[in-house]
Amino acid sequence: MSEKASFMARTGPAALAIAGLLLAWQLYADLSGISATTLPSPTRVAQQAWIQRQALFDNAVPTVRATVLGFGCSLTTAFLLSILMDFSRPLRRALFPVFIVSQTLPLVAIAPLVVLWFGFGLVPKIMLVALVTFFPMLVALVQGYEATEKEIVQLLHSMGASRWRTFWLARLPSALPFFFAGLRISITYAVVGAIFAEYAGAAKGLGIYILNAKNNFRPDLVLAAVGVSATLTLVLFGITVLVQRLAMPWLRFEQEPSR
Amino acid sequence: MSAVRLQLEDVRKSFGQTEVLDGVSLHVQEGEFVSILGPSGAGKSTIFRLLTGAERADGGAIHMNGAPLEGRNRNMAFMPQRDALMPWRSILDNVTLGLEVQGMTRKAARAKVTPLLAEFGLAGFENHYPAQLSGGMRQRAALLRTVVQERNMLLLDEPFGALDALTRTSMQRWLEVMWKRHRWTALLITHDVREAVFLSDRIYVLSARPARVLHEFHVPLPRPRDGSARGLQEASAIEAAVLDTLLIREQAGGPHS
Repeated sequence: MSEKASFMARTGPAALAIAGLLLAWQLYADLSGISATTLPSPTRVAQQAWIQRQALFDNAVPTVRATVLGFGCSLTTAFLLSILMDFSRPLRRALFPVFIVSQTLPLVAIAPLVVLWFGFGLVPKIMLVALVTFFPMLVALVQGYEATEKEIVQLLHSMGASRWRTFWLARLPSALPFFFAGLRISITYAVVGAIFAEYAGAAKGLGIYILNAKNNFRPDLVLAAVGVSATLTLVLFGITVLVQRLAMPWLRFEQEPSR
Repeated sequence: MSAVRLQLEDVRKSFGQTEVLDGVSLHVQEGEFVSILGPSGAGKSTIFRLLTGAERADGGAIHMNGAPLEGRNRNMAFMPQRDALMPWRSILDNVTLGLEVQGMTRKAARAKVTPLLAEFGLAGFENHYPAQLSGGMRQRAALLRTVVQERNMLLLDEPFGALDALTRTSMQRWLEVMWKRHRWTALLITHDVREAVFLSDRIYVLSARPARVLHEFHVPLPRPRDGSARGLQEASAIEAAVLDTLLIREQAGGPHS
């Protein structure tokens, strides 16, 4: 009962704010006389989305596939590299600057090039998603290892634990909160990255759908696709929160954030 | 006369230009509770870092049971400042950590630890996470994790420093009772004079950095030290003497200390 009340107290304001924005948008679109090809009302967007649901779904599938595969690749690479970099300082000094530079490349310029090199298939999308999500994940992991409590390391040392044992018993679990913080940020980048890659050239996908809708003067369909992509991101975000709860069951007992 | 377990002779250590230990000599006998008392930053923790092998001494000798202390396995159980419990492990799994690192299977380690939980006031809490426990309980879990390793010696680094005053006092009394029962050989670092007098057989008072042993106090108070009137009087006399040594020398140390 009280749990339900506190849930309402936490989510109520956000729901009200979103409802208020939608209402304002609807009223403006209806009353200002603005043309539907410039600013369609939310009800029109919803209506068109429903009519086009099959096309939206068909285009969302490749986007989800590129997002998940690209994110999976970047996660695996980031994890393996983070371990190597944690064990080898020279490797860390060699690679970190390279990764930082990779983050300075403007996606607008890189996306068409990657499509040019690797074609319209799945590969360039996976690569672009990996490019935008890899670095935040790597930084999160490396920082997480560093955040291991000194006393715990000293304790394990006094017990005679090897470097690898210490990593496994202390440094890796200590990185979990950082890992999930990075995961939540990257997963939102991932969807945007996939759509951007499709925008630069694809046979199917939300990105190319948005591009076509824009070229056909259908802002209602652009917004419908935007709504689908936002929903996708929220779902993926929700999954990461869920996974974190399952992976870190002790978290709900920690009232204040750790030192 | 029981055997000398740990012996430090003229141990020196510097970090760069900073001289931390300026020839520290002390010893701990088997079954003895010894405290090292000194001002903050005097290098007390450095002594422990040398003992656990985290640092190497620049000079002098450290012997354990007559043999030089070296290598990875130091046969000492270390209890750090703050409890250093792993938040992601249950209390039971935290307590078995040292045994697991020694190579015991998780199952065997649990079987060994489980009967001891009640004595440490942790029965019924083995599946709780550290965040669910009070500060005192966490310290008891940390101490159980330390003693269950069955090492030659306990190294206690200000184990109650992070607790509130009341919990600290009750933990000191509890530790005294436990120590009397088990007769662990223990070396305690503290800057709490009362704690040192209450728990120890002997106390080494260190100077400010670079640390030397200023004075060695014997604490011939009867155990258990439950706070009876006569014991209290003698204890305060020793406390006063220890404090005098600490404070007068600190003043003599002059403005640069």
